[in-house]
Amino acid sequence: MPAKKGASPGIVVDKLRVPASMVAPSTDGQDDRLTNASRRNFLRRGGTIAGSAIAAGATGISMSQAEPLAVPPSNLGYGRPIPESEYGVPSKYESDVRRRRTDVLKNRQNFSDWSMTPLQHQHGIVTPNGLIYERHHNGTPDIDPKTHKLVIHGMVKQPLEFTMDDLMRYPSVSRFYFMECSGNGLTDWLKAASTTVQQTHGLLSCAQWTGIPVSWLLDEAGLTSDAKWLLFEGADGAGHVRSLPLKKVLDDCLLAYAQNGEMLRPEQGYPLRLFVPGWEGNVSVKWLRRIKVGDQPWHARSETARYTDPMPEGKWRQFSFEMECKSVITRPSGGMSIKPGMHEIQGFAWSGNGTIRAVDVTTDGGNTWQEARLEEPVLNKCLTRFRFPWDWKGSPANIASRAVDSTGYVQPTVQDLTKVRAIVGFVQHHNGVFPWSVSASGEVKNAIA
Amino acid sequence: MQSLKLVLGAGATLVVFGCATQQYQAAQSMPSPGVKFGKPISEADIAPWNIDVRTSDGKGLPAGRGSVAEGKLVYDAKCQSCHGADAKGGPVYGSMVGGIGSFTTNTRVLTPGSMYPYAPILFDYIRRAMPMDRPQSLSANEIYAVSAYLLNLNGLVPANAVMDQASLPQVQMPNRNGFIVDDRPDTRVVRCMTNCK
Repeated sequence: MPAKKGASPGIVVDKLRVPASMVAPSTDGQDDRLTNASRRNFLRRGGTIAGSAIAAGATGISMSQAEPLAVPPSNLGYGRPIPESEYGVPSKYESDVRRRRTDVLKNRQNFSDWSMTPLQHQHGIVTPNGLIYERHHNGTPDIDPKTHKLVIHGMVKQPLEFTMDDLMRYPSVSRFYFMECSGNGLTDWLKAASTTVQQTHGLLSCAQWTGIPVSWLLDEAGLTSDAKWLLFEGADGAGHVRSLPLKKVLDDCLLAYAQNGEMLRPEQGYPLRLFVPGWEGNVSVKWLRRIKVGDQPWHARSETARYTDPMPEGKWRQFSFEMECKSVITRPSGGMSIKPGMHEIQGFAWSGNGTIRAVDVTTDGGNTWQEARLEEPVLNKCLTRFRFPWDWKGSPANIASRAVDSTGYVQPTVQDLTKVRAIVGFVQHHNGVFPWSVSASGEVKNAIA
Repeated sequence: MQSLKLVLGAGATLVVFGCATQQYQAAQSMPSPGVKFGKPISEADIAPWNIDVRTSDGKGLPAGRGSVAEGKLVYDAKCQSCHGADAKGGPVYGSMVGGIGSFTTNTRVLTPGSMYPYAPILFDYIRRAMPMDRPQSLSANEIYAVSAYLLNLNGLVPANAVMDQASLPQVQMPNRNGFIVDDRPDTRVVRCMTNCK
């Protein structure tokens, strides 16, 4: 995004570098904020500037601040031939775009551990399959779909067994949903422990999930009248289990076997997982082998001693499933460096309770907020991208985003959350407004505290 | 694509913007296709997989029994290498002893003794997940015994205690009433735009 080293300050708009003098100065002389009028100008200029630059070249009126162009080697020979077969991988120049374990907490083993999505490198709302975050409780099993089975039993009229071939005979449903771990952000409540947005927010991903509604198979097995809760159990070495209320399961839960157009990756539950839209990731039980229907929750370790939230007076909040409305700026974000001039602030917003209605951005540490533009599609329980033009004048700044969802819920600050919860130890469900500081030299840093 | 927002009652907003959303809405209301590909199976045939315990009352606990003394032997042989001597923490996992009373301080210490609201969680979790390299390898007697040992180390059962499907659910756990039902949203933030500080 910043101009090439040594070049005069400028901005990149539609891949053309434009001298700063060509961009209308902010009409707001008091700080780095832009008025709505000048923001609209910036948004329009993408096309306008590109058009006028081309026109200037065509009429011979030109100046140059660049070197003569060299013909690139790629023009001068064969490219790589098409192999007989392959599974394509990203460019070797993108090798730093990787899932990474947290660099703040060092777990003493890596079976019950997690890795995080590089959100600062994600374009659009879909997370590539190889970058979707991981959270496992005893590593990733390698399951042969020919031998995998799902059983449904308990409070049903007829217990049933399904092979993967059976499940894939049903009509399929594909939906875009975000997935977020309840522990996303737990290292950065009261101190700025993490550097990048991958480390502060990377237990978040979004994909198109394909499978069949759980309700179809429950219909087939026939629920008894007292059925109220269901247990979902994995075929992994933790036998991970969660109890879920029947109402949610019937509403929109999927038995997913595919993600983003291909079968699930092993680390995402191959060959079969539950997918629970909008709820904390660990309830979307991977490597799903068993559904047991009951009339009350099981109170397993994973829903009592873990995945519960500390509350005042020594209490714990239980079955706190929904991932509430949240947003974060991914560009610029922690670890980046920017130069003065126009920048498009970009980020993600999402809500487990519906669609994103609006995102506001502050560039003055929360005193003034302006509404960002949402990029379509704006889908239910799905990542939504926002963008906001910002003319950074080079003085220290504090930037943050704040989302509003379709229920009217406004994303709180950590200070708001601290008033009603106990922020002590490993605290789940951090959906607080997340600020980044920009120093006078353009260094962007975690500014949560 | 043009976005059209229709504000509905109760604060709900429906965003309609072309075919993608319409397909989504159709999918959400997709009725059961009326085909049945499941194969009937008996509960007896499911039994090897039917390992869950409803921990609030112990429903699902199998037959078997184990004492605190037997549990120490099992623990030292199969658990100590990761969890450390006397369950005080080892190379892989922290302490599983103590922490009772710590939840009202600034340092909450989470152990089975301090955190579990129901003692059968020990049995359910050990059976399905421990030891990590060989889960589901312990016998019911061994699991009851290790459960008894850990409960004793936490001061919740006497040294001569024996755990089985009747006694384990009877152990009174200190965090029995420590949980509250999700009551979110717990913040009501005003969407301030100017002079917010």
